[in-house]
Amino acid sequence: MHEPSQQVLHHHAPPTGFIRKYVFSLDHKVIGEQYYGLALVAVYIGLVLSWIMRIHLAWPAYAIPGVQYLSKIGAPGGVLTPEYYLQLMTMHGTIMVFFVLTTAPFAGFGNYFLPIQVGAEDMPFPHINMMSFWVTFIAFCVAVSAFFVPQGPPLSGWTAYAPLSALGSIAGPGQGTGQVLWAVSIAIFCIGQLLGSLNFISTTLDMRCQGMSLMRLPLSVWAWFITSCIGLTAFAVLMPACILLILDHVAGTSFFIPSNLVVNDQLQPHAGGSTLLWQHLFWFFGHPEVYIAIVPAMGVVSHVLITNMRRPLLSHRVIIYSMVAIAFLSYMVYGHHMFVSGMNPFSSIAFSFPTLAITVPATIIVLIWIGSLYGSKLRINTASLFALGFISMFVSGGISGFFLAQPSIDIMLHATYFVVGHFHLVMAVAALFGIFAGTYFWFSKVTGRMMNETLGRIHFWFTFVGAYCIFMPFHYLGMVGNVRRYQAFVDDFMAPLMPVHKFITIAALITGAAQLVFLYNLIHSRFWGKPATQNPWEGTSLEWSIPSPPPFDNFGGKLPVVYHDPYQYGVESSTGDYVMQDSPEVIKTVRDDS
Amino acid sequence: MATTVQPPEIESSQVVHRPSSGDSGWRGMPPAAGGLRSVEDSSPASRTGIWVGLAAVTMTFVAFTSAMIVRQGASTDWRHFTLPSLLYFNTLVLLASSVVLEVARKRTAAFVHGLRTSRSAPLLWLWSTLALGIVFVAGQYMAWLQLRALGLYMATNPSSSFFYLFTAIHGLHILGGLAGLTLVIWRLSKTIPTLHLSTLSTVSYYWHFMDALWIYLLLLLWMRI
Amino acid sequence: MAKLFAVTIIVIAIASAIPIVLHIWVPPVDISTHGKLIDEQMSETMVEAGICFLAAQLVLGFFIWRYSNRPKTEKIKSFPGGARALVAAAVIVVGLEVMALGAFGTRAWAEIYFTPARPDALQVQAQAGQFAFYFRYPGPDGKFGPIHPEQINEATENFFGLDTTHDADSKDDIVTAELAVPVNREVHLLMHSKDVGHSFFVRELRIQQDFVPGLDLSLHFTPTKIGRYEIVCTQLCGLGHYNMKAYLEVMSQEDFDKWLKQQAALQ
Repeated sequence: MHEPSQQVLHHHAPPTGFIRKYVFSLDHKVIGEQYYGLALVAVYIGLVLSWIMRIHLAWPAYAIPGVQYLSKIGAPGGVLTPEYYLQLMTMHGTIMVFFVLTTAPFAGFGNYFLPIQVGAEDMPFPHINMMSFWVTFIAFCVAVSAFFVPQGPPLSGWTAYAPLSALGSIAGPGQGTGQVLWAVSIAIFCIGQLLGSLNFISTTLDMRCQGMSLMRLPLSVWAWFITSCIGLTAFAVLMPACILLILDHVAGTSFFIPSNLVVNDQLQPHAGGSTLLWQHLFWFFGHPEVYIAIVPAMGVVSHVLITNMRRPLLSHRVIIYSMVAIAFLSYMVYGHHMFVSGMNPFSSIAFSFPTLAITVPATIIVLIWIGSLYGSKLRINTASLFALGFISMFVSGGISGFFLAQPSIDIMLHATYFVVGHFHLVMAVAALFGIFAGTYFWFSKVTGRMMNETLGRIHFWFTFVGAYCIFMPFHYLGMVGNVRRYQAFVDDFMAPLMPVHKFITIAALITGAAQLVFLYNLIHSRFWGKPATQNPWEGTSLEWSIPSPPPFDNFGGKLPVVYHDPYQYGVESSTGDYVMQDSPEVIKTVRDDS
Repeated sequence: MATTVQPPEIESSQVVHRPSSGDSGWRGMPPAAGGLRSVEDSSPASRTGIWVGLAAVTMTFVAFTSAMIVRQGASTDWRHFTLPSLLYFNTLVLLASSVVLEVARKRTAAFVHGLRTSRSAPLLWLWSTLALGIVFVAGQYMAWLQLRALGLYMATNPSSSFFYLFTAIHGLHILGGLAGLTLVIWRLSKTIPTLHLSTLSTVSYYWHFMDALWIYLLLLLWMRI
Repeated sequence: MAKLFAVTIIVIAIASAIPIVLHIWVPPVDISTHGKLIDEQMSETMVEAGICFLAAQLVLGFFIWRYSNRPKTEKIKSFPGGARALVAAAVIVVGLEVMALGAFGTRAWAEIYFTPARPDALQVQAQAGQFAFYFRYPGPDGKFGPIHPEQINEATENFFGLDTTHDADSKDDIVTAELAVPVNREVHLLMHSKDVGHSFFVRELRIQQDFVPGLDLSLHFTPTKIGRYEIVCTQLCGLGHYNMKAYLEVMSQEDFDKWLKQQAALQ
């Protein structure tokens, strides 16, 4: 590894002009805020889509006011057609997974805080960083444009299995232009993420300030670094898959379309392609992708939790090694999405063992979090509530994964609501809790003002209880055979489950409404929140050593020198029970475990 | 975790001018006083950056390769065809461009370090690299035209599909390399040159990698198409 | 608020476990020969998962209760055994348990997938297409006639694209919209898709398998109870996916022979 870079002093002027400062900014902090803003817009779109879906599921004949303006043919009079339900479902998944869960915890917080926490002025490739945001933004616009083409967005799910996704509009409404726009959007998104990963990796390895060895990096930095390594390989495989899909649509090729398919009584001209090839390529990306969504949240939660427990985790190294192990294993497990897909059944067994094995590093991390609470001095505030809530949600969602990891059980649970409950708990809830924890924690650093604590707690309570009310029942539904991706439950098995669906929908609407409290809090506090001190949480890492908001070059022209491990809490020092990383103070610990 | 920490050794002078890494950002000022003599070769960050970028490119081609292998095995409709012999000529052109680029690098480094006073030699070699690159791209396109004349289009057969796919994606990356070369030439040609050697290094690594990648693709296509 | 949060976590954890513990959820009746293994696997997993779930949530809740709002004078303590003990617990207790369960789970999988169908199994072909399942029996000659995809025609109900004029084997093939099978006899189901991906899921039969366009797959199973069971499509196949179902009719051998004759007459 490279030595920490030597001190660099650049006497350059801050950016001037509105465009350079706020639009095409080279400043990693502005780029981070732009990513966060994009994710914010995306999450509310995704949330509204989920409301429409849930209302339709509970009351299929109900005319949802306003939806007819989104699509006249998709929702005449506000009542969703079966295909439009699937189209909204596809865009809900796509927007949430790509433009929220990959964007906010990683690109949003990471861009803002990674350089600061390693002690750098900026990332080494600011132009590429700026491009990565605008490329992502273009990808988002292309994705959203699918709503406005005549047949609407694709209906093949965010997983876009071939040949449904490759045959074109003959396979269903939205499968023509809509599907192509989807594939183009995702391909562009991949490029944006690759450009971002480039900067993250280079910054972590090469831009650390003096004294900042790898083991002195905060856990949030490790999480972003590991995530960017995963992203590099994962997105570099999704992009070819999307290119091949686009070619099947526009160039008449048959990468994914086998011979002798008959759709609407018409024999399709394609020949010889492999349906499973799409699944292999997609899931080779898709499984690491879910770790891209959760690992940054684990890093942020660790960071927030430590600050609020006033003690470091029981072992800093073990957490790092465990996150690395998870990243490493994530490439070997993707076939667990394909147990009953028709691939070789021996492969299914082969994939299930690494899937089960990934339980171990995940359990280690959870046990260390919980074990570190023992004997700590836990402070309760909105950020720590969300961090603790994350642990609860991650445990719940992770344990349901244990069922799905076994092929023989997956026979009963595949494609049921059990799976939907599992991934919503770990991704939609847990990862989102990580985003919330980071927001409430770092808001003051970014804006110089505190978020309103009362509103924060209200937001937390509704979200925590509400999320369980929504997603815990999904597991029971799955166990009794409720199939997923159905726009209505009209058959013998599932019609009796309607009361449960109604309950879930009501919980979803209430929990969704609470997210508006968050939005209000975010915006109101930005302008009128209580002014914050530089280090309101008494944190030790480098972001707390600079003003709120930070100057354009982070450290005011003088890079820090780091003397300590990142989490020196529970010590006796001149500042209290903590010592900041860049303080030359020599410390003695007072914990009785020294 | 009891820690008694010695302050790390800090050199008395903390002012060390280093070239900006990768691209210039707002650090893109002309090199420090002393003209062009104070720059060093590539910085760690730009080296990391290019390797990271090349890792991503590698994964992309690995994915395409596995797609081809799976597709070949998926059905019996693969029809082999002979590669246009123009490809071999193009390969030589690309290899030559790499050699020329290395010469250009040495000449440019000599100029930048003040061992040479004229930049016409470095520029000539850089322009030659660019020219050879353009010849390569033109040659690839001509190979496509040759295939079309034989009735082999994108969708004719999976073998032709993959041929066009691989050569197109590689060609796109070569175009990116040409853009990088153009940037290097432009910076060196300015009245006050602003070229950092690290930029040239980065572009060179990329270019040589594209060369090696092409050799791999040629072998792959020759064996399997 | 910390104590309230702690209590909430514990209440939610216990409330989540109640439906399972009280067997409010009952698995669908098992009509298969391998179902017992799957159900046992499920119960074992549920018990272990349940213990881990409750233990983690309860301890989390308890620690939040105990260690929040502590007086300033109290010192920070470390969990007995520290990280080492927890890593050991994770690797040994959880890791071994999880791998053991996975290893045991392969038995059920092996019974379904690693054994070939018996030579005297009843051969039935299943075709999935947007948005219905169709089944074909080979008829007295025991052979399936060739499929001509270009001749598939929904309007004339030639779902399999059979050419009964030119293909002798197709003449006696029986095409139905229901999958009827005799009880306690092994069925060899040959599966292919007409257009996009579909899936075959019968909860009572403990079987789920995708139809993959371009691949000829097969399943074998032996239904053990007479009755009418739903076959649902579980692979997103288009706008009619939610409505794509058929019925598995398990009947006595007598009734099955009668039914087959009736269906043959309707061809």
